[in-house]
Amino acid sequence: MDQKYVHIISTIVEHKPGVLYTVSNLFRRRGFNIDSISVGSTEESGIARMTIMVTGDNRTIEQVIKQLNKLIDVLKVTRLDPENIVTRELALIKVTATSTKARSDIINYADIFRARVVDVCTESLMMEITGTSDKIDAFITLMKPFGVKEVARTGITSLSRGPKSVKIDE
Amino acid sequence: MAKMTGAQALLESLKREKVEVMFGISGGALLPIHDVLCDSEIRHILARHEQGAAHMADGYARASGTAGVCMATSGPGATNIVTGLANAYLDSSPVIALTGQVPTYSANTSYMIGRDAFQEADIIGITTPITKYNVQVKHASEIPNAVKSAFYIATTGRPGPALVDLPKDTQTVKAEMDFSDNVQIRGYKPNTDPHPLQIKKAVNLLLNAERPMVLAGGGVNLSGASPELLQIAELLMMPVATTFMGKSCFPENHPLSMGNIGMHGTMLANKMILEADVLLAVGTRFQDRSTGTLNGFCPDAKIIHIDVDAAEIGKNVDVEVPIVGDAKPTLTMINQRLVKKVKKQKNGPWVKQVQAAKEKYLSELDLGSGDLTSPKLLKELRRLLPEQAIIATEVGQNQMWAALHFQTIKPRTFISSGGLGTMGFGFPAAIGAKVACPECPVVDIAGDGSFRMTEQELGTSVTEDIPVIVIVLNNSMLGMVAQWQRLFYQKRYAAVKLGNVPDFAKLAQAYGAEGVHIESLTEFSAVIKNALKTEVTTVIDVPISPDDDVFPMVPPGKGLKDTVGGL
Ligand SMILES: Cc1ncc(C[n+]2csc(CCOP(=O)(O)OP(=O)(O)O)c2C)c(N)n1
Repeated sequence: MDQKYVHIISTIVEHKPGVLYTVSNLFRRRGFNIDSISVGSTEESGIARMTIMVTGDNRTIEQVIKQLNKLIDVLKVTRLDPENIVTRELALIKVTATSTKARSDIINYADIFRARVVDVCTESLMMEITGTSDKIDAFITLMKPFGVKEVARTGITSLSRGPKSVKIDE
Repeated sequence: MAKMTGAQALLESLKREKVEVMFGISGGALLPIHDVLCDSEIRHILARHEQGAAHMADGYARASGTAGVCMATSGPGATNIVTGLANAYLDSSPVIALTGQVPTYSANTSYMIGRDAFQEADIIGITTPITKYNVQVKHASEIPNAVKSAFYIATTGRPGPALVDLPKDTQTVKAEMDFSDNVQIRGYKPNTDPHPLQIKKAVNLLLNAERPMVLAGGGVNLSGASPELLQIAELLMMPVATTFMGKSCFPENHPLSMGNIGMHGTMLANKMILEADVLLAVGTRFQDRSTGTLNGFCPDAKIIHIDVDAAEIGKNVDVEVPIVGDAKPTLTMINQRLVKKVKKQKNGPWVKQVQAAKEKYLSELDLGSGDLTSPKLLKELRRLLPEQAIIATEVGQNQMWAALHFQTIKPRTFISSGGLGTMGFGFPAAIGAKVACPECPVVDIAGDGSFRMTEQELGTSVTEDIPVIVIVLNNSMLGMVAQWQRLFYQKRYAAVKLGNVPDFAKLAQAYGAEGVHIESLTEFSAVIKNALKTEVTTVIDVPISPDDDVFPMVPPGKGLKDTVGGL
C-alpha cells in the first residue's frame, strides 16, 4: 500500500450549476475523502476556483487529477506544492463566556492569535480567525475549556507563491 | 440567424450533423419534436423499450463509426436509457441521447423543474457519472450549440456518450438560432497527435526487441487504425493479440494473429504474451478481465502504451514509453519511422516459436464432444457468412464462445458489451448495426437468458423491416453463472434455471418473424443459408447442454499464466 499524503489541488472551473457535484462526485467514485473544499469566484467572470484538500496515495491522486482534467467543465487542474504556497482558512468560533474572568482570558488569547471578536453578548463571544488550519486547530483547542458552542470553518483556500499564476491554457 | 422553434432547431442541428436515423420512443415531453419529425427526412425507428433504443444507437455507432442517436421522453423514458448509456460509456461508444424534460416553468408556477412534476427525473444528475458530457438546455436558443457540443465531444478524442436534456417549453418557444459552425468549448481540447520524441523512443525499443508483441484494444477499432496495425505487425513480424474490445481489429485468419487475451482468451495468446520482451499496447486500458492479476502480467516486457486518453496511461500498469495520441496517427508515425530504419523482417526464432505454438494450439483445440456444440456451430457459421458480416453477442457463455471460436476478419465486425457486460445488449445492437450496414448480414449470438431481456425488439425488427438473425444457444440456464457455481460453488445451482419457456421459435413466429428449432449442424446450415437469402428476421433455437463450460479460463484472482483448459 502506498503511503498517504495530504494534497492540495487547485482547479479552475466553469462557474455554473452542477460543477461542484461533478467534481466532488469524481473524488467519491475514485475512493477519495475530501478533507475540505472551498469554492469562490476568481479574477475572471464566469470562472470559479475550487481548492480541494484530500488525503491519499500518490498513484491515486495522479489518477484523480487526470480524471478531473477530462471533465468538460474543469478548465485547469494543478497540484500545489505544499512547500511553496500560501494557505488560509477562516473560522467563526462561538465560545461560552459568562464570567468576567473567562471573558478577559478569551480576549487575551484572541489577541495573541490575532482573532477578532465579532459578536458579544452576556453569555457568549464570537471570534473570527484567519490562518493556516493548524493555527485554527490550536486556537479551538485553547477555547475548549471555556465551552465551544459552535464552530464554522471555510476549508482552506490557497495560491502558490511568486509571480506565476494558474491560468487556463489558450 | 434564423427564427424557429426549439424543436425545429433540434432537427436542423441533427441534419447538419448528418444524422439519418434515430431510435426512440415518444412521450408527452417529446411531442413538439415528434411533430416536427413528421416533416423531416430523418428516419425515426420506434423501439419497444428505451433500453433497446439506446443499444440500437450504440450498435449503429459501433458498426458505422459515426454517432448513433436515441431519444426518450422525460422521467421513465429517460431512466430506461441509463443502462444503455452506462454500456456505451464503458465501451467508449459515441451514443447521443436526447431526452424530453418537464417544462422549465408552467402557468401556475414560475419554475417547474425541481418540483417533482409528473414524469420528472433528474436525468442530468443520474447520468453525470456515465456520460462524457451532458447538458440541460435552459432556453430554445441554446439548442444548436448544445447539439453541436454533444456531437463534437461524443465523437472526438476518446469517444463516449453525451446527453442533451430538452425541457418541453424550449422545444416550442421560437428564438433566433445560430447554427454557425465553430464550437468553442474551453474545457475540452482532445489531444490526438503524439509527441515525436515518444515516437522515437518507441521505435528504438521496437527495433531492439527480440520478442516483440502487439496488444491491440478497442481503441484500434475506434480509430480505424487496422491497416496501420497490420503494416507494423507485418514489417516487424510481430504477433498480435487483441483484448476483448479489440477483437476484429486484426484479421484472425492472419498467421500473426494470436486471438484474444484475457479471462476467456485463447490459450495461445495468454501464454505467448507473457514471453514478450517489448509489448506495443494500443488503445487498451489493461482492464482486469484482460490482464488477470497484474503481478506476473508480462513480467519481462517493456511496455509502449498508446492511448488517446491520458488518464489510461499508468492507471493499471507501469509503462516504459507512454504515448498520448490517437491510434491511427500514432501508428502512422511509428510506421514512417520504422520503414526508414528496417526492411521487412524475416521469420526469426521468435516468429518460429510463435508459429509452432500456434500450430500446436490449433491441433489441440477442443470444440467439445457431440455434433451440436457451440464452438462447432460458430466455426460453421464463419464458413457460411461473408467476411464483412457483423456479429453481435449477448453476455455470458455465448459471448465468450463467440469471442473464442468465431474468427473475425474485418474491423468493426464484432459488437459486444465488453465493459459493462450488459445482457440484452446484443439483439438491439444487432438491429442498430443492420441499420448502419444494410448490405451486411448481421447475426446476434445469444444466450436464452440474455435474449429474454430484450426479445420484444423483435417487434421493431419485423415492423421496421430490419432483418437480423438471432442464434439462441439455449441451455435453459443463466449459463455463465451456472458455470461459476459448478466450478467454484460445489454445483450448488441457485437462481439460474430458466425453464424451457418460452418456445423461441413460436415466440418469433408470434412476432411475424421466422422461428426455427434445429437439432443438427446440417439443419443449422440450411437455416442460415435460407435466412441470408430471404432477408427475413430469423430466430434459431439451438438446444445445447446445460453442463457445457467455456474454456480456457483464467480462474478468478489468478494470472494469465494460470490459464486452464479445463477444471
Ligand atoms: C443485465 C445483467 N444482469 C445480470 C448479469 C449477470 N450475468 C452474467 S452472465 C449471466 C448469464 C447469462 O445467461 P444467458 O444469456 O442464458 O447466456 P449463457 O451464459 O447461458 O450463454 C448473468 C445472469 C449481467 N451480466 N447482465
